[in-house]
Order: sequence, then C-alpha cells, then structure tokens
Amino acid sequence: MRVRSLFENRVLCGALGVAGLLCLLEAGGRTGVIDPLVFPLISGVVARAATFAIDPEFLADIAATLTAWAAGLLLATLIAVPAGLVLGTMPRVEAAVRPITEFLRPIPSIALVSLAALVFAERFNIKVSVAVYGSMWPILINTMYGLKDVDPVAKDTLRSFGFSPFDVLRRVSLPSTAPFIATGVRLASAIALILVISAELLAGGSSGIGTFVLEAGGSIDALEFIVAAALWAGVIGLLSNGLFVLLERRLFRWHRARTETT
Amino acid sequence: MLEIHNLTHTYGTGPGAHEALGGVDLKVAEGELVCIVGPSGCGKSTLLRSIAGLLRPTGGEILFQGDPVERTPDNLAVVFQDYSRSLFPWMSVADNVALPLRRKGMDGRQRRQAALDALEQVDLAGAGGKYPWELSGGMQQRASIARAIAYRPTLMLMDEPFGSVDAQTREDLEDLVLRVRAKHGMTILLITHDIDESVYVGDRVIVLSKAPAKVVSDLRVQLPGPRDQITTREHPGFVQLRAEVGRLVRGRQGQAASTG
Repeated sequence: MRVRSLFENRVLCGALGVAGLLCLLEAGGRTGVIDPLVFPLISGVVARAATFAIDPEFLADIAATLTAWAAGLLLATLIAVPAGLVLGTMPRVEAAVRPITEFLRPIPSIALVSLAALVFAERFNIKVSVAVYGSMWPILINTMYGLKDVDPVAKDTLRSFGFSPFDVLRRVSLPSTAPFIATGVRLASAIALILVISAELLAGGSSGIGTFVLEAGGSIDALEFIVAAALWAGVIGLLSNGLFVLLERRLFRWHRARTETT
Repeated sequence: MLEIHNLTHTYGTGPGAHEALGGVDLKVAEGELVCIVGPSGCGKSTLLRSIAGLLRPTGGEILFQGDPVERTPDNLAVVFQDYSRSLFPWMSVADNVALPLRRKGMDGRQRRQAALDALEQVDLAGAGGKYPWELSGGMQQRASIARAIAYRPTLMLMDEPFGSVDAQTREDLEDLVLRVRAKHGMTILLITHDIDESVYVGDRVIVLSKAPAKVVSDLRVQLPGPRDQITTREHPGFVQLRAEVGRLVRGRQGQAASTG
C-alpha cells in the first residue's frame, strides 16, 4: 500500500528513476563494466558538477548561454506568432508561402552556424540568430494549428454583435489559440537551448556552456568536465520546461477545464 | 421592423448543391415574439444566419428597420443553441456579458454595471465572477441570454436556444424569455423544433416546409395571458393549436393519417 502510493507520486517516481540510473552507472564504473576512459565515474561527475555551482567562471558561462537563449526565444516568438496569425487567417497567403516554409523548415539549424558566423561578427548574434531560426517553427506551426481549432460558434457570436474581423481575431481567435502558442513556445525553448550551446561549440566565443566545454577539452579531467557541464545543460532544460508547464497550467486553467469535461 | 421577401439560399453549386431556402416571405412587427418551426434540416438556421448578417443569402431581400441587411445590423443579438461554445471560456461570466458592450462605446465601469444588472435579471446575480464552465448548462444559457439582454437589442434572434437542456430547465428558460420580453419589449425571433414550445412562447408560429424551405403557415396564437406552464398547456386553444402545428410540420403524410 505504501509502496504503491510512492509510485503514484510522479515527482517521487521520477526521482527514484534518476537515483536508480545513477546507482547503475556507479556500479558499472566501480566493477569495470564501464571503462572509466569512455565514461567517467558518475560520483566524480556529480561532485564536479556541484563545484561548478559555486564557480564564478562557470556561472558566467551559464548566464551567457541563458541570455542568448532568452533573446532567441523572445525574438522567435515575436516573429512566429504574428506570422502564424497571418498565415492561419489568410489561406491564400498560406498557400503561397507554404513551399518556402516547407523548404526552409527541414534545413538543420546547425548547418546554418557557419553561415551565421559569416553574416554576423558578434558571437552573441550568431547564437541568437541560429536559435531564432530553429525555434520559430514549432511556434509558427502551433499558432496556425491553434487558429484552425478556434470554434466557429465563438467567432459567430462576436460577429453577430457587429465586431469587425480584426476584433474577432483579437478577442476570440488569439485568446483561444494562446494555449497552443504556449505549448509551441515550450517546445521551442528546448530547441533554442540546444542550438545556443551547439553554436557555442561550433563557433567558439568567449563565454557560454559550449565554450566552457571546448576549453575543458584540453584539461586532464576533460571527460569529467564535459559530462558535468552536460549535466548542467540538462538541468537547465528540465527547469525551463517545468517552469513553462507550470505557467501554462496557471494561465490556461480554462483550457484544461474545458478539454477535460468535453 | 423585419421584412423578408422571397429569400433563397443555395449551398454550393452544380449537382451537389443544396437548396436550403426556397423563397421565404415573412414580416415581423415591432415587439412581436415569433416562433419558427419546421422539420429538422429544413433551413431554419440558414434563415436566422441570413437575418443576423452571418451569411449572405443567394437571393431575395431582408429589410431590418427599413434597411437592407448587408452586414450584421446594429441592435441585434443572437442566442445560439450551443451555449458552451458561444460563451468564451477564458473570461468570467460577467466579462462575457460585458464584452459586446464595447461596441456601444461604454466605459469599463458602465459595462460592468450593465453586465451585473443583466445577470440579476436572469437570476445569476452571484455567478458573475465564475467561469462559464463552472456553471450548469441551464445557467450557461441564462448567461448567454443575459449577454443578449445587456446589449439592449431591438431584435433578439434565438437559434434553438433550449435544445441542449433538460425538460425542467427548458420550461424555466421559456418563462425567462417571456419575462424578458415583457420587461424590455424587444422583438424576438425564436427558432425551435419543439412544437409545444413554439405555441407556448409565441405570439405567432411560422411553420416552414422541409428544404427548400418556404412558409407553409402563419398562425396567430391567441391564448389568455400571462402564460403558465400548467394552465396554458391544458387550455383547449393550446391543445388544438399544437395539433394543427404538428400536422403542418409533419406535412401531408400526417394530415392524411389524421383525416383518414
């Protein structure tokens, strides 16, 4: 009975899974199943990661990465939401633009790092531009998808009170699409983080988690440094995702309440 | 106040086209409560959407207060059957009721006051701060009626407004419509597939044929007022009229059965 309720708590259950994996890795390293030259002892990695938390240099790197990430995500949202609203409400424009977006979307953003490095002199701009490019797609697509899902009865209601098409877009379509946009932004936030760190790894620079990893490559404990930095990147991703989920639940209580009853 | 001449509407073109309205003529006087009944799928909603300016009919003419309807007319409000989709879930009930009043150039305080007044009239005085999805179906439809009342329309269109609530709630809402009409003196056009309801609520009952719809009959309801769910429904005039409307709605088949 006790054990069962332990597994019903999702956070606890997840924590158990993480602890289990850590134990397995440690056991593998200690018994020699995992070669320490291929993957460092996990206890060492965790200890190293813990020292990073009070290392001002590493904290500055995290701040640099997060700044580029936030700027990229914000810009992507500012571009993709209006674009999605236009494409979602004007089917002809959408049809005209579709071949272009279908061509651009599958281009791996990583491939554009070199191009961005040629266009922009500032390292910060390289990171941000690549993050914007890669993360605007889920926002754009979710905005368009959300608009298709707007209830025609809701739109007719406002129209029947004499509201203009623009007012209907602003007062009905946009709020009812907002939960979809928020999900798009959450998906985009993970992509933006990956791209910022990748750009740091590929294009170098003076600060950032990726730059830290590049520089750690030369040290004796390189492996431990790199895995510890990756651990932090993962923690940041997890925290930002959790934050977005929490925010969505708060802001769009009405959306959940409605989809659960119907 | 409302005149409809030879209104036709066809959805689509070619062999797949569906002719919904086949020349509807109708006149509604100021302050009347007119019920429109007809077999399901006969084009009742098409007629209502045309009057509301939500749909451009393919032929004929609609005059609202003397002017042809080309866009949604001012001073018109619609109550839809599907209240849960017609109320905005991201707004409180009071904000839902207040929203259309932005078109009236009222400031925030005036809108809020008008919304609370309207909610009180439909016995939802305490529900303004709640969200629509926190209310029962009947309460949600009251809220959308409050939204229409607050707007103070000269013409209120109701599209099967009580089609999605239980029988008891339906009777309460019918009486609510009668009360609202008595208080505000607005003209109401109510579409329903419920024959009893049309006779109970209406001053006139318009019977439409099946699609393409035409007016089959225009009956004046002469029952002693005020209407009451029990005594009105047992009045011989009510019983006779509902039978007549029933026969008309069912068409020739029903008539043949009753005479033969």
